[in-house]
Amino acid sequence: METITKNSTLNIQKLRQDFPILSQKVNGKPLVYLDNGATTQKPRQVIDAISNYYQTQNANIHRGVHQLSIEITVAYENARTTVQKHLNAALSQEIIFTSGTTESINLVANSFGKKYIKSGDEIIISEMEHHSNILPWQILCEEKGAVLKVIPINEKGELLIDEYKKLLCDKTKIVAVTHISNTLGTINLVKEIIALAHEKNIPVLIDGAQAVPHIKVDVQDLDADFYCFSGHKLYGPTGVGILYGKEKWLNEMPPYKVGGGTIKTVTFEKTEYADLPLKFEAGTPHIEGGIGLAAAIDYVNEIGLENIGAYEYELLEYATLKLSAIEGLRIIGTAKEKASVISFVIEEVHPLDVGTILDKQGIAVRTGHHCTQPLMEHFGIPGTIRASLVFYNTKEEIDVLVNGIQKAIKMLK
Amino acid sequence: MRIAEIENEIVEEFELFGDDWEGKYEHLIDLGKHLPLIDKQYKTDDRLIKGCQGKVWLHSELKDEKIVFTGDSDAIITKGIVALLIRVISGHTADEIINAQFEFINKIGLIEHLSPTRSNGLLSMIKQMKLDAIAYKNILIRTNYKLN
Repeated sequence: METITKNSTLNIQKLRQDFPILSQKVNGKPLVYLDNGATTQKPRQVIDAISNYYQTQNANIHRGVHQLSIEITVAYENARTTVQKHLNAALSQEIIFTSGTTESINLVANSFGKKYIKSGDEIIISEMEHHSNILPWQILCEEKGAVLKVIPINEKGELLIDEYKKLLCDKTKIVAVTHISNTLGTINLVKEIIALAHEKNIPVLIDGAQAVPHIKVDVQDLDADFYCFSGHKLYGPTGVGILYGKEKWLNEMPPYKVGGGTIKTVTFEKTEYADLPLKFEAGTPHIEGGIGLAAAIDYVNEIGLENIGAYEYELLEYATLKLSAIEGLRIIGTAKEKASVISFVIEEVHPLDVGTILDKQGIAVRTGHHCTQPLMEHFGIPGTIRASLVFYNTKEEIDVLVNGIQKAIKMLK
Repeated sequence: MRIAEIENEIVEEFELFGDDWEGKYEHLIDLGKHLPLIDKQYKTDDRLIKGCQGKVWLHSELKDEKIVFTGDSDAIITKGIVALLIRVISGHTADEIINAQFEFINKIGLIEHLSPTRSNGLLSMIKQMKLDAIAYKNILIRTNYKLN
């Protein structure tokens, strides 16, 4: 389910009212929040769930015998089940709560890496990866004497699958790629990437941080070995994320972070570790994070990801049309299949300067390398200006962005 | 002019714009056009200031026991900020630069330059200028010691 449907039926103005922060002013101007790739805003339903947790539910989980602790444990595990259903994972113990995509990837790199990676082995990532899906593998390779291989991209920002096929070999032990690029908006054909790797029994980790807000993800349909995402990019709280891992892998992998909650028995001679998922969930977790994430998933599902996807596609088309008409503006990332993320540069003008002038007009975009420095090097640019749109953005906001850019160009050229 | 006097001059210039952010930025951009430019031969990676989203180069030289700065940036607004910093402290003694408080930054109302992302760059520039001043001070002390 990687394509985006094209018919929109949402009442956007009504939905915007669910988000208190959208009615704020910035520098005296109405906030035009176009930085959703960095983090999304939160609907009242999520804010209330978190507030309610602290007001009526707060207790530690998995540890107590009193009423509050029992109730919150049930609520937390229900949240896990909500995530399981959302990803269509086979088992709830395949859902590990982490602090975010970055921790999820570090967990796999450390734990899977400790057991399975040896000197001379190869790990495949791609040229468009976020640093969080580069650095853990880079460090693993340095520690083990393994080799990092990189799938190249074309000028549109699409992965070169033929080159990927050439990289897959007997030495490859894992492939790690992003589902949707945070800088380019490219939607990668991850089902095909996984299938090709599986022909050689190579597991695949998918960084789904930018995908989960925009498209329906079915980890069984993809046959992903690992899939990770962050709560705060899905209208949920910061500090919580998910690692999905096939039971067969998670059972074999040694613990990553250890401490309270991860054990069956502890003696100074030996410790027996807990079953999944607790084996990978040391210490008191971000309980309100899990509760908030479940509320966010429920909220999104009530609107419907197909509806969200269709509307975002309309926004993307409109924004691409309007931005392309600006003289001297070049869009970076023109893949055939794209999510509503638009990076661009303007000739003779530094992205940082444009971002500053846009900010003075109440427009929030992101400028710079977006934690994808190898990508910037590929395109030979210092950075881009990125507008990342979601269902609470409007065409009027895109018009404000376009006017804002034109004002910036006038001031800066 | 003393450093404090130059800072007051800058504050007065920006005060003329009141709340007009466009005017302030246009003035800053204009100031950037008059930045004493770093010589091409010094525009090397080791003179890049770390922590800036745009590229910033700084170079300093000792002239008659005063420190003279030149610089450049590939981002126009950042160039204006560099120009302001250099205007305030260039041509002053090491001690004057080491003790400079750069109070004008708050006063001219470009407060977003103190956001965590930007302030790293701004603070890094100020830090480098002060480190250069300390280095030159030590050179002068050693030179004077040898002469005596």
